[in-house]
Amino acid sequence: MKHVIAVLVENKPGVLARVSTMFARRGFNIHSLTVGPTEDPALSRMTVVVDGPEMEQIIKQLYKLVHTVKVTEFDPETTLEREIMLVRIKADPDRRGEILDAARVFDAKAVDVGATTITFEITGRPERLADFIELMSSYGVVALAKSGRIALAKDQKSAKKQLKSA
Amino acid sequence: MPKQLTGAQALIRSLEHEGVEIVFGMPGGAILNAYDPIIESPIRHVLARHEQGAGHMASGYAHATGRVGVAMVTSGPAATNLLTALQDAYMDSIPLVAITGQVATTSIGNDAFQEAHTWGMSMPATKHNTLITSVEEIPDAVREAFHLASTGRKGPVLIDVPKDVLADTMTWHRPGEIKLPGYKPAVKGHPRQVKAALELIEQSERPVLYIGGGVVAAGATEELRVFAERINAPMVTTLMARGAFPDSHPLNLGMPGMHGNYTATTAMQRSDLLITIGARFDDRITGDVDRFAPEAKVIHVDVDPAEIGKIRAVEVPIVGDAKAVLTQFIEESEGRSPAPDRRPWFEAIEEWQTVYPLVYEQDPDGPIQQQFVIEELHRITHGDATIVAGVGQHQMWASQFWGFEKPRKWINSGGLGTMGYAIPAAVGAKAGTPDEIVFAIDGDGSFQMTGTEMITAAVENIPIKVALLNNESLGMVKQWQNLFYEGRLSQTELSPSVPDFVKFAEACGAVGLRADHPSEVAGVIEEALAINDRPVLIEFRCDPEAMLFPMVPAGGSNDEIAMSREDFMSVEDPA
Repeated sequence: MKHVIAVLVENKPGVLARVSTMFARRGFNIHSLTVGPTEDPALSRMTVVVDGPEMEQIIKQLYKLVHTVKVTEFDPETTLEREIMLVRIKADPDRRGEILDAARVFDAKAVDVGATTITFEITGRPERLADFIELMSSYGVVALAKSGRIALAKDQKSAKKQLKSA
Repeated sequence: MPKQLTGAQALIRSLEHEGVEIVFGMPGGAILNAYDPIIESPIRHVLARHEQGAGHMASGYAHATGRVGVAMVTSGPAATNLLTALQDAYMDSIPLVAITGQVATTSIGNDAFQEAHTWGMSMPATKHNTLITSVEEIPDAVREAFHLASTGRKGPVLIDVPKDVLADTMTWHRPGEIKLPGYKPAVKGHPRQVKAALELIEQSERPVLYIGGGVVAAGATEELRVFAERINAPMVTTLMARGAFPDSHPLNLGMPGMHGNYTATTAMQRSDLLITIGARFDDRITGDVDRFAPEAKVIHVDVDPAEIGKIRAVEVPIVGDAKAVLTQFIEESEGRSPAPDRRPWFEAIEEWQTVYPLVYEQDPDGPIQQQFVIEELHRITHGDATIVAGVGQHQMWASQFWGFEKPRKWINSGGLGTMGYAIPAAVGAKAGTPDEIVFAIDGDGSFQMTGTEMITAAVENIPIKVALLNNESLGMVKQWQNLFYEGRLSQTELSPSVPDFVKFAEACGAVGLRADHPSEVAGVIEEALAINDRPVLIEFRCDPEAMLFPMVPAGGSNDEIAMSREDFMSVEDPA
């Protein structure tokens, strides 16, 4: 089962290396990991999707890193999760219309049209992106790039507040 | 006008502010700047012969004194040599601060001469580490490093300092307030859990206090005594906790585990409640975890929350410092109802002690048994010595046969099992506690890894004593080949005559003595004890065939303790 956790860390050089080294050393499997700024420049937020049953250990080991401020596991019921994807679909001129129609249902935006391909940009919940890939695979997926997951709980506190309560 | 200091001067001054009295290290290119202000500093520098040695010296010092040990070395190969000592200290929660030189910031990443990615390589081997990029950071970085090393779960912290940062100048300032928003080690346990623990203890018919190195680290010996006597529970002391509680106390059953004594291991195995304090359910303690102490509920007190539930599920988790929580336990136990009748439990324990004592036989005509040397050493010194072990059979025999009465008198490499630990760690321990007799008990295999630090001991006037138990082999590994590989010995027999350890000791500036026969053992020990102006090494020519028992085969259940080789064969072959 996949779990999504947010790790609020001090924005210090190498903090990503610390987190990923810890995962590697402890044998925890990362499905995806994104890192980016928060509203407080001193803090960064990592969103990590992890496989496996050892959630308690993962959270405790994250806390052992000196630069970790707060770790929260997201409850899927009350969490907004998004991924972004660029996907190039095989599209001969005679099938373009059909493909564009299908893409419209997913709010996928055609961002590049080549002689035999169309590239779509799509944002959404991870399951929605998976559905889109499934639909498009019948035409042929030529190339695909996907971001890791970002997430915010619906009642997410600001990074500064989490820092205070840490 | 405020004083301008170089980074190097600021570094040494910062160490002085931390109260550092000794730095163990070795200079070299990138750290050269820092070695200049050492000349005027009141800090003593002990010049090791190898950076791993410097690291273990700092560890031995920290073990013996309870203070933070400091090692300082240069970049590249020096830093990689130090890594073993860092990992060793990390596994055993020993407070160290390591300072490594680094190539200039302008050269980092260019594969410069003696460049290594020290910061990256040491990351999983330290509690924390930092690469300094500006001279202004030095005072705070040193303050933080000492704070991190010596609080919470103690451990090694590394500061990597580029050469140009050491040369740069700054206006000296004392370190500011520590800003580590994510670092708040727990001290006191949660009162509700403390209460829950006492309730379990009250109901337990077969409790065992499972005591680990955390009790030594926290200095909680006295609190442990009061509590253990009040609840009247027997206790086991792990390899890292030998001396945390007097072996002479009737409640102390001694060391449990793979080579623990029968009673300690079996008491845990039959227990209905393990009161775990500062221990971590290491595989050398538990054997097969699935079959470990099957009827026991577990109370687990540890300063590191990640240890709780890592290996064994617990009924009562308590995050806190061992001393603070034991104090809470004592307060909470005031006026509680008396425990159930535990006479049957103590009777069972007494029976095991009677039927399965630790035994060996010393034939008066030889060869010398290793256990005999340890017992003679204990008898003649009245146990009043700090014992520092290498890794292998000799280490286990020392732990089994030495009666420890006080904490910080037993220094060894527990978690990492670093052969070569004894000699440098003994140098560090003796440097930190010069009035104590510091006796390294080492094996010939271990000794040959770091024996050159005898030179450091002699030249720096740190008169350690060494009992070298020479069995001409990598004895522990040979034992496994004998037991698990049908006696097919592969690369475990060392030379019976090379090196000549007595000559080696003498070449290093130490006194070399030898005992070939059991009748000579006491005499050479007396002789060694009379020499206090130089290091002394005694080579005991021991039994190459001696095997270490009791033994629970790796991965086996603690229900299957082999007491001897014959016993092992019957355990191995149930048919």
